[in-house]
Amino acid sequence: WPVLISVICSPPQNYPLYIRSIPTENELKFHYTVHTSLDVVDEKISAMGKALVDQRELYLGLLYPTEDYKVYGYVTNSKVKFVMVVDSSNTALRDNEIRSMFRKLHNSYTDIMCNPFYNPGDRIHSRAFDSMVNSMMMQVC
Amino acid sequence: ITEVCGAKRVGYFGPAQFYIALKLIAAAQSGFPVRIESIKNELPLPRFVALKNDSEVRYGTPAELHGVKFQVPQAASEKNSYKRTDEGDKQEPKSPPMSPICSPPASPSTYQRVPLSYGYGKSRTGLEQQHGAPYEVRHSTHQQDGPSSGNYGAKPALACSTLNRSLSAEREQQDSSAHYSDDPWRITEEQRDYYINQFRSLQPDLNSFISGSVAKNFFTKSKLPIPELSHIWELSDVDCDGALTLPEFCAAFHLVVARKNGYQLPETLPETLLPEYLQAASLKPMCDCTLFDSYSESLPGGQQAREFSRTEKTSAEEVPDNSALLQDGKKDDKQGIQIISTALKTIPKEFQHLTVKPAAQESNALKARPRSRSYSSTSIEDAMKKGEEPPTPPPRPQKSHSRASSLDLNKIFQQNTQAVRSGWLPPPPPALPPRPSVSQTEQVSEVELHPQMNRPPSQAEENSSAKKEVVLAQPPSKPARRKLRTEAQGLETPELSPTINVTSSLPAVKPHLPLQKQSSKQKRAIQTAIRKNKEANAVLARLNSELQQQLKEVHKERIALETQLEQLRPVTVL
Repeated sequence: WPVLISVICSPPQNYPLYIRSIPTENELKFHYTVHTSLDVVDEKISAMGKALVDQRELYLGLLYPTEDYKVYGYVTNSKVKFVMVVDSSNTALRDNEIRSMFRKLHNSYTDIMCNPFYNPGDRIHSRAFDSMVNSMMMQVC
Repeated sequence: ITEVCGAKRVGYFGPAQFYIALKLIAAAQSGFPVRIESIKNELPLPRFVALKNDSEVRYGTPAELHGVKFQVPQAASEKNSYKRTDEGDKQEPKSPPMSPICSPPASPSTYQRVPLSYGYGKSRTGLEQQHGAPYEVRHSTHQQDGPSSGNYGAKPALACSTLNRSLSAEREQQDSSAHYSDDPWRITEEQRDYYINQFRSLQPDLNSFISGSVAKNFFTKSKLPIPELSHIWELSDVDCDGALTLPEFCAAFHLVVARKNGYQLPETLPETLLPEYLQAASLKPMCDCTLFDSYSESLPGGQQAREFSRTEKTSAEEVPDNSALLQDGKKDDKQGIQIISTALKTIPKEFQHLTVKPAAQESNALKARPRSRSYSSTSIEDAMKKGEEPPTPPPRPQKSHSRASSLDLNKIFQQNTQAVRSGWLPPPPPALPPRPSVSQTEQVSEVELHPQMNRPPSQAEENSSAKKEVVLAQPPSKPARRKLRTEAQGLETPELSPTINVTSSLPAVKPHLPLQKQSSKQKRAIQTAIRKNKEANAVLARLNSELQQQLKEVHKERIALETQLEQLRPVTVL
């Protein structure tokens, strides 16, 4: 089940701090997908106006002829974006689950932030974060 | 036995089978019938005939043991859950530096196990470390070895484990307590004391936190790569609040130390380093350790001295130099030594200030330079470190990788001029029991030497403990510093015979000195410090003016270019 999770740092750079996917082939395609979805996310941010809702859903109707997948987005107050790409055939995944996954991601991300040795903007190399993401992905697949 | 334990059926000795087999051997040796039920009895250790050849064979085939995992017995674990580990064999090939003391006795006792069977199934899961209590067991058995190898069989397993623990407890109190620390993830008394003092140096209130940035600076001095420090932080900051409590700090420090000694960082925090565990454990040692009491009394004085020494570092020269010291580690040695000397001199100066000048001044300066503290204290310690070249080089080198070996950590380990300041004196891993004992004895002798000198040693200790970090920061400049070190050492140790020497300034601080001598020394020290500061100021002022000049010129150029651009622009537009 193609699943990809990525954390993208705050603007203006918008480069990924962390990308993990299962399976690992076609990763480049996922990277590209994430990149394009960033635009949609930004669009939604600006459309929101003042009251920025914490959690946002992003459903892309991107359907490729060969495979379809859904892209979910989540933005924190500090404009750090989490993007998740899942296989459309994985219909078992419900909205709540996605939300809870994002919440877990967000929590782990704040834990990383608490680490004084972490400079915001660095790539995330935390082992704890990795293990959390792995377990989440196992759950989905 | 093979059949009973199931090995025949399965075709190999897995951990379960192995454990059962050993239990059965014990049973057989104590006269019980060889049956599954007999495992349930409390059995003494199985006795194996010690064969040196066998041990070598085992040494040679660590590979077969690698596949097998064992659970680490926890110090706090109940006797019942004392898991048996075969580690001995695996450990020995893994840690060749195991001192000669340990290995020969190891061979006979290698085969001794504490065969507790239940829970063996769990051994495969959740495994972290493979060191640990088995070493304890073995070492305790070492101790028993001499006197009564025969007694082994007589003691029931339970008693054995209690004996182990009591032995280890005893050993803790003795000098050879280093043996207890076979588990690299266990913190010994000296280590704990040292960590506590380090904690104090960063944060006087033991019950509160060290903030992230403070801790970061502190641990960065250990010169471990940032990712590793980041991982250590992740492991030790259990509540993920961005700050370290005392047990968290001890755990982090211990991990740093272990890493410096060449140990790989674990994926998860070992139980012995968990805050709850450390907190529980910390109560006891606190009571036992007499040194600690002396710490607490003398701490305020020492702390003050350190703080005040900061204020002296008002000269611009010192701060940049110190920071350079910290950062490059490649500073010119001479200069470094000079700075250190001024730093040291300022200490006695501080003392006088303590008595003479108003505290307000100091505290202002203090506030103005929170950063300089780390620099200054480190520089002082640096000098201190130089002084404390211990006589014996440790067998440590074998264990290390380049960084650890080059690193002053090694020296630090040995440097233990003062009991209080046991430096990074941590029990190095099972690998090097002799060394810790050496430093331990040093420590002990120091304690005896300075029974009344709690105050001075404490400040020195505060300083030196901070210094250790700087020394860490400057491995390259070691050789040059050595001289300073030996001097300092010679001076410190015992008499407070103050000489006009740079390093003497520290001993000079000792209140034992007659006030006169002290004040004249300090005066001299103050004067030299003043002179140096003035010189530094002059240099910097000159530098400043030169830079200003350059700045002006650059400004002019820029203006010229801009006007040119303006002139050209209308042309291009058209």
